[in-house]
Amino acid sequence: MATRIQVSGLDIHYDRFLAVQDVSMDIEPRQVTALIGPSGCGKSTLLRSLNRMHELVPGARVSGKVVLDGQDLYGPDVDPVRVRRHVGMVFQRPNPFPTMSVYDNVAAGLRLNHRRMPRSEMDGRVERSLRAANLWTEVRDRLHRPGSGLSGGQQQRLCIARAIAVEPDVLLMDEPCSALDPISTQAIEDLILDLKSSYTIVIVTHNMQQAQRVSDTTGFFNLRAAGEPGVLVEMADTTTLFTRPAKQATEDYVSGRFG
Amino acid sequence: MPITTEPTGRQRTPQRLGDRVFSGASTGAGVLILAVLAGVAAFLLVEAWPAVTAPAEDMPGGEGVALYVWPLLFGTLLSALLALAIAAPLSVAIALFITQYAHRRVATTLGYVIDLLAAVPSIIFGLWGVSQLAPLTVDPTGWLAENLGFIPLFAGPASSTGRTMLTVALVLAIMILPINTAVVREAFRQTPRLHEEASWALGATRSEMIRMSVLPFGRSAIIGGSMLGLGRALGETMAVAMVLSTSGGVTFNLISNGNPSTIAANIALQFPESTGIKVNALIASGLVLFAVTLAVNMTARAVINRRREFSGAN
Amino acid sequence: MSLSTTDTEPDERSAAAEPLTHGTLPASGPPLVLLGAIATGAVLWLLGWNPALSGIVAAVGYTAVVYVWSRAVEEARAARDRLITAVVSSAFLLAMLPLVSVLATVVSRGLARFDGEFFTHSMRGVVAEGGGVHHAIFGTLIITGLTTLISVPVGLLTAVYLVEYGRGRLARAITFFVDVMTGIPSIVAGLFAYALFVLFFGPGVRMGIAGAVALSVLMIPVVVRSAEEMLKLVPNELREASYALGVPKWRTILRIVLPTALAGIATGVTLAIARVIGETAPLLITVGITTSDNFNPFDGRMATLSVFSYYEYVSPGVPPEASLDRAWAAALVLILIVMALNLVARLISRLFAPKSA
Repeated sequence: MATRIQVSGLDIHYDRFLAVQDVSMDIEPRQVTALIGPSGCGKSTLLRSLNRMHELVPGARVSGKVVLDGQDLYGPDVDPVRVRRHVGMVFQRPNPFPTMSVYDNVAAGLRLNHRRMPRSEMDGRVERSLRAANLWTEVRDRLHRPGSGLSGGQQQRLCIARAIAVEPDVLLMDEPCSALDPISTQAIEDLILDLKSSYTIVIVTHNMQQAQRVSDTTGFFNLRAAGEPGVLVEMADTTTLFTRPAKQATEDYVSGRFG
Repeated sequence: MPITTEPTGRQRTPQRLGDRVFSGASTGAGVLILAVLAGVAAFLLVEAWPAVTAPAEDMPGGEGVALYVWPLLFGTLLSALLALAIAAPLSVAIALFITQYAHRRVATTLGYVIDLLAAVPSIIFGLWGVSQLAPLTVDPTGWLAENLGFIPLFAGPASSTGRTMLTVALVLAIMILPINTAVVREAFRQTPRLHEEASWALGATRSEMIRMSVLPFGRSAIIGGSMLGLGRALGETMAVAMVLSTSGGVTFNLISNGNPSTIAANIALQFPESTGIKVNALIASGLVLFAVTLAVNMTARAVINRRREFSGAN
Repeated sequence: MSLSTTDTEPDERSAAAEPLTHGTLPASGPPLVLLGAIATGAVLWLLGWNPALSGIVAAVGYTAVVYVWSRAVEEARAARDRLITAVVSSAFLLAMLPLVSVLATVVSRGLARFDGEFFTHSMRGVVAEGGGVHHAIFGTLIITGLTTLISVPVGLLTAVYLVEYGRGRLARAITFFVDVMTGIPSIVAGLFAYALFVLFFGPGVRMGIAGAVALSVLMIPVVVRSAEEMLKLVPNELREASYALGVPKWRTILRIVLPTALAGIATGVTLAIARVIGETAPLLITVGITTSDNFNPFDGRMATLSVFSYYEYVSPGVPPEASLDRAWAAALVLILIVMALNLVARLISRLFAPKSA
């Protein structure tokens, strides 16, 4: 299920404003790729272009290519709805559907794609997803209670379970721990390491320690200058990027000199 | 900005006097509102009382005030509920179109237009209903009576003027559409982006996103807005008075000339020519209308406020 | 993902092997169908069909064609999405039809008597053609003016009370009953004013001031609500800065709070006037109608535009056309006044809005 993503020559605009310029990178399957950089450098925008979520903002548009195992996401006739089925996403703040139970939250995506899935199979898929998200033991007794009653960290794992229930190829995570306490963060990071055996994972993070802990490859984004578009400065194996960066800007950032 | 012009500015007494006068005046205004509302209830009760105590045969119809008001209340409820049944789904559709489908600039303009339509005086809907809409309903209701006459609602005989309960319900529905839509639209507009994105990211189509995120969030606004619209429809006077051809009986037949009137329309039609105990009877019916709309509006407010707390907690 | 290599679970593979593209309707397809449906509806209407029926046929036709076409070309979920889009759009367009028709009818029918005589003459001694609404325009303006004079001070002071002074049960009670008051049917407000004036003047009383009292019952809650919202928007820092200079509370409210909120309050008041100026029912039972000028709201019946329009329509003279034309023309005047007030309200809020960063 894990899939390689090749980004080439990607520009992202909001109306006239160029937010991200000329990004090219390869995201390897069954690995965790972290995107780091200062606020507003376009790393979240780039992440959202990988499942065509960014185009929900009026005026947003993209040029360049994002190829998912041989298919260009921005090719003619590509259905963004189908893209998002293959490329799941977890957000900065946990966002379980407030009116749905834990069970229904996990089943929500399944019900979209498999309208007449038998109850027993549905139960199995829900349980498998919750187990994969390390949440099963905590919620097995409250599957039919509202998902919004869980703690923040549990809600975020519920959202991960919801995303993986539809069995995507890629999982995008947009600062998934920034609203969580250290213990919940730890749980999510453990989970990311578990999940990478089955999924291609791309994670945006502000936290450089987190990038070092969970990722195999890291890309550093920065603004070319104030008011100019964000660019990919450097991308390398995580250890290399943090210990022997090729660019001065990267070294300044990872050593904490700015950002 | 001058702090104070009085030579005694440093002394506290004149300031406190000003404060007392001003806070007294504003408190008084608030209390006046309570008094007015109590007055509405009290004066209506006082003026309605003679009708309640009068001998039954003095009432119009000769069977006492309860039997005088009942067909009117029935007509009021029937027309308002029908109007609501038509307007509620339409208002959800309009609100969805404006907030989820239309281009943003178009949506803003449409919002203005809908607000403007909410301000069109009811006399104009009355004129339009009786002169434009009623004739249009003649042929379709004739067809209904012929082919679906076995359903009591369409028992017929179809009116040849179109001044039927069905037409009234349509006019009322059009009249309450703007207010219904305004409440629902506001709620849909405030759907948290986070919840919308949760649906999109699962690979939902727009309609699936609406069902999973927008509608659950707006549910109580849909109910509350509908109740507000119902309150309007219950109290609507002129449009009904002008459109409806009445005979006073209690019937579910929507397409004939013999319809029960509504409380409000009956007051408007009878009041100018009434004297004595008949005025008291009309005021008694008004009191019933007041009570019904009060109950509906209080429920609506409670539902809408509960939503506010819900979204505030998130 | 046709290039996938390691197929293990057939169920999941089949999902992953699915291409990202599928058959799609051309982007211009549904809009063209919609245009076609509208054209068909228009043709049916011109052929003498019932306009409502033509509209429904067009809407249903559009929905059906788009759904069937999409079902043939696209996958089931996309077709369902198209179906719902079509239903929502055509429900929207259908609902707009009567609203547009209302405005179009008022304008086209009202123009017949939109002439000089209509605005300069009353109905005194007029039995057939001619006559005008001079008396009714002034009646409407006088009664609405009195209503505003009553409602704005009461409403504004109540809003000040709720925002600046109100605490505890009294404030909660007022808030609640203001909400309740917004829902009072206008005819009940009319009955209230009538019952009140009967106490002083005996049965059968009709006078302009009674109408103004009835309309005030309707207008006050609207003023309170909008003024309250506006006063709440005034930042607390402004109040505190003023208190810190030793300015007493009442002067702070008069000099700082109210001026800051003035544009918003003026907008709200204008919209509230627009709401009550077209009321008919309460005036029908408290003010009645007359044919000649009466500009004294404390003495007997007055004419107002809405009641005038009503009576011209329900009890026309001979020939009836002249009365009907007058009814529509009065309605047109009324709707123009309402639109103008709405426009003024928008202008006020745009021109005098506090310039924020």
